[in-house]
Amino acid sequence: MTTSSSIAHHQPGTPARDHHEEEHHDHHGPAKGWRRWLFATNHKDIGTMYLLFSLLMFFVGGTMAMVIRAELFKPGLQLVDPMFFNSMSTMHALIMIFGAVMPAFVGLANWMIPLQVGAPDMALPRMNNFSFWILPFAFTLLLSTLLVPGGGPAGGWTMYPPLSLQTGNAFPMLIFSVHLMGASSIMGAINVIVTIMNMRAPGMSLLKMPMFVWTWLITAYLLIAVMPVLAGAVTMLLTDHYFGTTFFEAAGGGDPVMFQHIFWFFGHPEVYIMILPAFGIVSEIIPTFSRKKLFGYDSMVYAVASIAFLSFIVWAHHMFTVGMPLAGQLFFMLATMLIAVPTGVKVFNWTATMYKGSLSFEPPMLFSLAFLFLFTIGGFSGLMLAIVPADFMYHDTYFVVAHFHYVLVPGAVFGIMAGVYYWLPKWTGRMYNMTLAKLHFWLSAIFVNVLFFPQHFLGLAGMQRRIPDYGTQFSDWNMVSSIGAFGFGLSQLLFAYLIFSSMRAGAQASDKVWDDAKPHGLEWTLSSPPPYHSFETAPEVK
Amino acid sequence: MVKIVKCALAAVLASLPAHAFAAWELNMPVGVTELSRRIHALHMLILWVCVVIAIAVFGVMIYSIVKFRRSQGAVAATFDHSTRAEIVWTVIPIVILVAMAVPAAATLVRIEDTRNSELTIKVTGYQWRWHYEYLDQNVQFFSSLARDSNAARQLNSGIDPRSVPNYLLDVDHPLVVPAGKKVRVLLTAGDVIHAWWVPEFGMKKDAIPGFVNELWFRADQVGIYRGVCAELCGRDHGFMPVVVDVRSQADYDSWLKTQQDGTKTANAAE
Repeated sequence: MTTSSSIAHHQPGTPARDHHEEEHHDHHGPAKGWRRWLFATNHKDIGTMYLLFSLLMFFVGGTMAMVIRAELFKPGLQLVDPMFFNSMSTMHALIMIFGAVMPAFVGLANWMIPLQVGAPDMALPRMNNFSFWILPFAFTLLLSTLLVPGGGPAGGWTMYPPLSLQTGNAFPMLIFSVHLMGASSIMGAINVIVTIMNMRAPGMSLLKMPMFVWTWLITAYLLIAVMPVLAGAVTMLLTDHYFGTTFFEAAGGGDPVMFQHIFWFFGHPEVYIMILPAFGIVSEIIPTFSRKKLFGYDSMVYAVASIAFLSFIVWAHHMFTVGMPLAGQLFFMLATMLIAVPTGVKVFNWTATMYKGSLSFEPPMLFSLAFLFLFTIGGFSGLMLAIVPADFMYHDTYFVVAHFHYVLVPGAVFGIMAGVYYWLPKWTGRMYNMTLAKLHFWLSAIFVNVLFFPQHFLGLAGMQRRIPDYGTQFSDWNMVSSIGAFGFGLSQLLFAYLIFSSMRAGAQASDKVWDDAKPHGLEWTLSSPPPYHSFETAPEVK
Repeated sequence: MVKIVKCALAAVLASLPAHAFAAWELNMPVGVTELSRRIHALHMLILWVCVVIAIAVFGVMIYSIVKFRRSQGAVAATFDHSTRAEIVWTVIPIVILVAMAVPAAATLVRIEDTRNSELTIKVTGYQWRWHYEYLDQNVQFFSSLARDSNAARQLNSGIDPRSVPNYLLDVDHPLVVPAGKKVRVLLTAGDVIHAWWVPEFGMKKDAIPGFVNELWFRADQVGIYRGVCAELCGRDHGFMPVVVDVRSQADYDSWLKTQQDGTKTANAAE
């Protein structure tokens, strides 16, 4: 039953392998019914559960965003109480970050890392099961805070004290759900590292690994480094609230700003946790549909590693307005600006990959191209935010909201969608409806800009973040932004439809899926869908 | 290139009806202080640097997408690296970044120089109003959201916000300061973290319970300048505006005298 036994049974070169495999298949196929999912140890089953969970959370968090944008459609309060509005923006962030984007990447890692490194499964299948099944409990706990006295957490996803300490009965539930999410992420990260380090096919040296594997390896180290820091920060909040400690209270010798330093020491690497695997995905897709090798593979790897390193020394750029010494502000400004260099290298390398290629525009390529343009716009606004004096104006305005949504939605989320459209036929064995997928792309790409681009203008004109109502001079752009939001939200129903319909019907996908583009990588050497234990015999990598 | 883009933008804007400008605002205000003007100039500098880089990078991307289409019979080349190109596009960004960092650092040094102020006001943030105290002048008062805004902002109040002048940006007692004087603001808070921000002055800083932050401004023009609390501070975070009434020295002096007399009367009455 366990994966390790299947490895032991299948030494390369075992005679009569085919016969053995057939016999094996009877005993080691998926369990029937709910047991297959609850007791899942198979990387593909767990990957599927992660991805479907992430899709569900994407719609839950998206619905909250719709509530936010509906209230902001015009000035005045029409729909919700300001407290409920605040808990919507707080929960929207927590659910999208920890429930949608991160589990989507872990799901992609579960599906693709064994296929890409030539392994039969993830290294630690039972921990894999545990790390997934924590999540439904964590998010049930988090969502149920909306029903308790005092309402959901409303102090922002950053949980800054003293405000977060004013949370009602939701407070310990929030802290415990964050602990659970952290534990799940750490286990997922350990699994990724152990798999990549130990289960690569013979001949696959580190610098021959696919970029998606590389970016996930580095992401996993970031996760292990910073999730415990978040757990520590929220535990200190808990003891401040219930056990009389004063870590973050000046009256007892503490400092509320210390929480911000600790939080952002987690928070900034967290930002890269949500984008590096997307870098990996588009680094797979752009070469495929340009029919040309990735330009500057080595420098791509070094750029990701540099970004990961720099992510640990820039955290205070999230909090320039707290009153730091001049030297501190200068240091964090310069370190932050430096990130533009490796990020620029990546953008230039993707562009050089397309240059003199032979491009075609299937849905995964369309999403990757939108990623390339729109993530770069988010990069530019990020550079502007690094300039401390200008940040004194931008900080805590809609300019910041526009910036991080540009890197997270057409950045991370489009990266995930590109990956799904690229590998979905490999997973289900069926092609999806290309015309509908392209329609989903164009609707998403247009509406995401209608939604977020005007928010730059709002922020520059002086609209602050996290408000349920605003001065009438901001009415027009807010209305445009809300229309974009409704359009973007509705367009995502197409995405869900395409995924579910491809599970049931559609033309059989070939092994390579994109035959016309001749994709490189071990995942394309397996059937579509791949056998239950993926590579039972390790492939040779030249 | 920059000029062409500027001209194009200007042409687009000029074609819009004039009354649309106030609402469809696109950019940061220039403001009325030395710092706000320097920050605005810095903002425009980096904006244009980004626009120029974007035109170059997006230009190559669009060129590649249009020119090297498989449907047009493009055949892929086989190169996969170029050490020279990679060095060039590592070094050039570093040079641009250094060029941007120098004026930014100079402005930052100026911002942090709070010496030689002529008036000090202690600002304390509360949920959800501001308290202003003129140090050594014996004047202090609270500043809360104006009544008409407060009535209109209630859930389903039935009052059209457009009918309320300066909706959500008006208070009962504005902060009054003299024009042309360096005003130092000491910031703290009584409950949770707030942030005091007047866009026309260019500065924003957090008001943190138990700690004192400082910022300074010198407003050149008489007028009323409106801002907000910029740090999420709970239910009514969006409803604690900052209004600063900048008056001539003479007007300020007479206002201060009235306030001080009012304080004395109040003290005598007790």
